[in-house]
Amino acid sequence: MRKKSMKRVVSVMAMLGVGLPILWAHAGAQGAVPDPAASWNHLWHEVLVDLFVIGGVFLAAGLFWVYKYRATRPGQIGTAPKLTALAAIGFAVIPAFLFMADDFYLAAKGWTVWNEYRNVPRNALEVKVTGMMWNWTFEYDNGVVTTFDPDSKTGDGLVVPVGRAVVLRMTSTDVVHSFFLPEYRVKEDLMPGRVTYLWFQPKAAGETLATCAEFCGNRHSFMWTKVKAVPAAEFDTWMAGMKRQGA
Amino acid sequence: MSTASSGFKLSEWLFTTDHKRIGVLYLIGSVAAFAVAGIMALLIRLEQMSPGPTIVSDAYVGGDQYNVWLYFHGAAMILGFLIPGLTGFAANYLLPLMIGAKDVAFPRINALSVWLFWAGIVVALLTFVVPDKPDVMWTGYPPYSIKTGGNLALYVFTVHLIGFSSILASVNFLVTITYMRAPGIGWFQLNMFTWSCFTAFIIQLVFVPVLAAAVTLLLLDRYLGTHFYDPANGGDVLLYQNLFWFYSHPAVYVIFLPAMGIFYEIYATMAKNPIFNYKAAVYGMCGIVLISGEVWVHHLYYSGMPDWLRIGQMVTTLLISVPVGLMTISLFGTLYRGAITFNTPMYYGTAALYLLIIGGLTGIPLAITVLSVHLGETSFTHAHFHFIMGIFATFSVFAAVDFWFPKIAGRMLNEKQARLGFWFNFIGVNVTFWPLFIIGVQGMPRRYWDYSQFPPHFADYHKVATIGAFIVAIGMVLTISNWIISAIKGQRATDNPWGSRSLEWTHTATPPGPGNFPKDVVVEAGWTPYDYK
Ligand code: HEM
Ligand SMILES: [Cu+2]
Ligand SMILES: [Cu+2]
Repeated sequence: MRKKSMKRVVSVMAMLGVGLPILWAHAGAQGAVPDPAASWNHLWHEVLVDLFVIGGVFLAAGLFWVYKYRATRPGQIGTAPKLTALAAIGFAVIPAFLFMADDFYLAAKGWTVWNEYRNVPRNALEVKVTGMMWNWTFEYDNGVVTTFDPDSKTGDGLVVPVGRAVVLRMTSTDVVHSFFLPEYRVKEDLMPGRVTYLWFQPKAAGETLATCAEFCGNRHSFMWTKVKAVPAAEFDTWMAGMKRQGA
Repeated sequence: MSTASSGFKLSEWLFTTDHKRIGVLYLIGSVAAFAVAGIMALLIRLEQMSPGPTIVSDAYVGGDQYNVWLYFHGAAMILGFLIPGLTGFAANYLLPLMIGAKDVAFPRINALSVWLFWAGIVVALLTFVVPDKPDVMWTGYPPYSIKTGGNLALYVFTVHLIGFSSILASVNFLVTITYMRAPGIGWFQLNMFTWSCFTAFIIQLVFVPVLAAAVTLLLLDRYLGTHFYDPANGGDVLLYQNLFWFYSHPAVYVIFLPAMGIFYEIYATMAKNPIFNYKAAVYGMCGIVLISGEVWVHHLYYSGMPDWLRIGQMVTTLLISVPVGLMTISLFGTLYRGAITFNTPMYYGTAALYLLIIGGLTGIPLAITVLSVHLGETSFTHAHFHFIMGIFATFSVFAAVDFWFPKIAGRMLNEKQARLGFWFNFIGVNVTFWPLFIIGVQGMPRRYWDYSQFPPHFADYHKVATIGAFIVAIGMVLTISNWIISAIKGQRATDNPWGSRSLEWTHTATPPGPGNFPKDVVVEAGWTPYDYK
């Protein structure tokens, strides 16, 4: 009898601990135009708050106790009360549920943004990226190929139109590299034998950079490229020019 | 009672099977590795002080020079310093004493373990001798490690030697703890440090063989022309990363658990309190053992793994906070209504509160797949693992040496110098690693010696970090020189200077002689190592 009701209590707590945070995290998660970088920033700030609260509580308790419970005379011993069995279980189960609830809450939030990161919008511009020691090449669906030379800072690098999602299909000819776009809060590795992808949403015109984030030898630090977002009309003119040159 | 002190004989030390001497041999080896790896850290930091070549010769060979320093720093800190410092030195010296045993179960295998470890250190040091210096980072990812002109064999053999050493040690200590406890000591009367090592050794025994296999396949691919990791011939690049992290994530617990164990001992002794909610912490440690093998994908969040795995292991990774949280509550709770005396070990203990919080909590964004997709491989990650391993766990080794020094050396440390060392260390690490958190969030990648493509203010942060590293260096010199000088001419120590209730203090001479205990240890019913009433 006791055992049974115990079980019921535990299962209700488990349901609350798992279910509520997930529901809560999903409330109001629907947006219009996906903007992964903005969602990233939002989640990051939320997590920071979470961490400051947890860290603050622990740090305050710890430092306060360190200060408060200094020994005042030699030979003094601690007077910690002996925990009853119930208190011992309580001090384990309650924090465990709190941590778990927070974990599931964060996991659910993280998953929501993750889905945004992995679901490529349908009209996305597709660019093939090849990494090699130590530069990047970009091939557009019409066969135009661009590169960038970090030493002389010449070449167009990756040029993309503002307002249209860009999906990169990526592979490597030699070792593992990683295409890291700090401004767009995303990276994904490239390796021989597999094609990986990432996508991002250029919101405003301007120049940012992508740089290699997986160790690849001597010039790893220099393996970067310009990423230029330009208004759609300008992009079309540029593309037409490139095609004329290439063909 | 003392070690038949007929003076110092080198052969007595080299061929010893006494766990205490073996422990000290581990300590000497790991501090040596720490020192060389520390010098590498200073070179790395000097180079990063400004964009463009700072101390490397020029932009073309700069990467090659820097990568060797970084390889050695990472490999030696983990394989040569932290793992042997905790599971070699601390476990060897303390475990048999804490359970009232005369030695470990297999003393000669124990000697073999320490020789293998030393051989591993020597092979690692060959890095600086061979012309084709290894540059594969401590992670050794293929295809780079197979294609590079740098020497891969040194890396693999270092892992083999130290790996075999750890496997043997694991078997030895698991048997020792299980079968050699003094009469009357039950499982729930063990020291927290004993529990932490017990759980760490289970992890080690299960996972090190996987690492050994992973790097052996590298060796075969590189030198015998097999294609395990070569996709052009049916192999798979990701296979290595999976195998490597299947070991190397659990390896962080092999470091984390004994580090916690040390701080529990220091807290209980210096606060004269029993461990708060002892059993919860023990179950927490066991929980870590269970979870440790299901979270490795958090190192592969942006490596092209299937999406569902990246989510599944985000959940398991976040759940690590449950056992770690319980352990942390036990640690902090041990202070509650204590009577805390402050000595240098307790200074480190207090710092550990803060380090555990910063190091632990900065792991949470890295556990969330989508946040890690930006933060991973940046100096944010770098600062995170330094806070938890490079500082929290490293401080635990320093605190352990300071705390048990009277027992080990029979002499007291120079407390003033030890405290001064602490302050340099503590201030230095904060000055070093906080700036790296900040530019990490802004996108500063790790393993970069040049960062000219990034905004100029990154250089200011790097400069501050470099200054911090030199402050730490001063602290380390103060700390380590104190050990050497005090071991020779420190004040004689009494048997139990901190008033501990644990067997290694209450039942042994200082330092303990051969066979450890003057009389066989038997504890009365209800004895615990934390009984201060
Ligand atoms: C205060 C002393 C230390 C300083 C100043 C320091 C500094 C550094 C620096 C600058 C890097 C390379 C950053 C980069 O290029 O991305 C690095 C990497 C690393 N450090 Fe430390 N470190 C210290 C102590 C430690 C300790 C005690 C450990 C022990 C676990 C450790 C483990 C590592 C590891 C594993 C790496 C990564 C190597 C790699 O990327 O392959 N460090 N450290
Ligand atoms: Cu790279
Ligand atoms: Cu991990």
